[in-house]
Amino acid sequence: MSYFSDIYKGIKTLLTGMSVTGGYFIRARKGAITQQYPDNRETLKMFDRFRGEVVMPHDADNRHYCTGCQSCEIACPNGSIEIIWDRAVDPETGKKKKKIDKHIYHLSMCTMCGLCIEACPTDAIVWAPNFENSVYDRSALTKVLNQPGSSVLDGIED
Amino acid sequence: MNFTQMIIPLNITKTISDWIYSIMPETAASYTIMVIIAVAYLALFAVAGLYLVLLERKVAAWFQLRIGPNRVGPWGLLQTMADALKLVSKELTSTIKIDKFLYNLAPYFVIVSALMAMAVFPFSEQFQAFDINIGVFFLIAISSIGVIGILLAGWSSNNKYALIGAMRSGLQTISYELSVGLSILTMVLLTGTLQLSEIIEAQRTGGWLILQGHVPSIIAFMIFMVAGTAETNRAPFDLVEAESELGAGFHTEYSGMKFAYFFLAEFINMFIISSIAVVLFFGGWLSPFGITENIAWFPQVFWFLIKVLGLIFLMMWFRWTFPRLRVDQLLTLEWKYLLPLNLMNIVLMAIVIWLNWTI
Repeated sequence: MSYFSDIYKGIKTLLTGMSVTGGYFIRARKGAITQQYPDNRETLKMFDRFRGEVVMPHDADNRHYCTGCQSCEIACPNGSIEIIWDRAVDPETGKKKKKIDKHIYHLSMCTMCGLCIEACPTDAIVWAPNFENSVYDRSALTKVLNQPGSSVLDGIED
Repeated sequence: MNFTQMIIPLNITKTISDWIYSIMPETAASYTIMVIIAVAYLALFAVAGLYLVLLERKVAAWFQLRIGPNRVGPWGLLQTMADALKLVSKELTSTIKIDKFLYNLAPYFVIVSALMAMAVFPFSEQFQAFDINIGVFFLIAISSIGVIGILLAGWSSNNKYALIGAMRSGLQTISYELSVGLSILTMVLLTGTLQLSEIIEAQRTGGWLILQGHVPSIIAFMIFMVAGTAETNRAPFDLVEAESELGAGFHTEYSGMKFAYFFLAEFINMFIISSIAVVLFFGGWLSPFGITENIAWFPQVFWFLIKVLGLIFLMMWFRWTFPRLRVDQLLTLEWKYLLPLNLMNIVLMAIVIWLNWTI
């Protein structure tokens, strides 16, 4: 009698599916996942894992974690990151030390693969949730990530 | 055709018909009235079809946790009106190697057969354009004509996707026509008449037919809804216009208003299937337990439309829940499950009536 049990099972599974979507239907008024973007621009918050662009966080004293090791530049598959670096004399030890002059990030070439962020040994660069990336001039998409006059945080290389 | 059978709805239309009869000879007057009723139905169901499209889009959005159209007019109420205006104003494009005559004929075939079926439905006690004594038979016959339009559209388009879609439609409609017919026949066993107004009259005292016939009625209703969804070529039976396989199926080559006719016909067909189900199973315009039977001013149309909308919602629920069937699954469902069950169900219904087990 598997014929009738097949019918019973079929109806049962169909009703299970319908109860799932029926639940969605009832909850849709409150729990709609649609973001009405330009209207809720002030309150719209992107998700933690959202990949908008790569940024370099700075602390209050205008210091960052980037040692200029160039791991990100090597890791980037399409050359979105260029680091212009320099050597400067450390006033404490008197030794020459590598430091970044400009950490250049071409957002226009970036595919948001995240390999640079995985490669960074000091977590100097992170994802930012900014998604309004349209500009009128493409040169505006080439960004210098370290702020002017910033320096690396002491002891970060160790 | 007997013109006296035509029941003119409501008092205001009676005044109009009296006035037309007073200024014209009798034959001309009856033809004029027929044309007026046809135009009124056409306008009514074109607008109703548009709002069914809007309802579908809203319901679809809610099933998928979205919001749906909400920009054009309050709550998006004018959205489909704007879409229709857009489609009217669009250029009608076609390919060179089409069969011109059939290509242009096909959409009218589909929409006219859909609108013709509307004529026999009793929306209320008086509101029925054409009350024939073979109403149910007429409905089954008319609803099968639409598929010719679809076949014509696919054939004349000279496009392999359109042709495959049209052939699938023929296959599907011919198969499921059996189930629709047999499940309706099960209910006709119970009422003993094919006239829609008398079918409803039979439910006034004894309760809705789905209760009167209990088990076989419920089985018949389930089979009817499955087969009816297949008849209208809607998901999960939308092999005819399976977007992922066939582009748009039989209406791939259509654009503008001709495309809109196919689109509108799908929704009017959905309305028809729901209306048949309401008349045969849920008492048509009768109120539940007769709660508004003694209130003279209460429109009986209200109950009819509420029930129809409920069943349309059920079909939309199917559409936005179930995945599409393969062709072999479609035929297995019909020939191995629905048809044998239906035949058993007819015997069961006959036994129930023979032994007087109806409620």
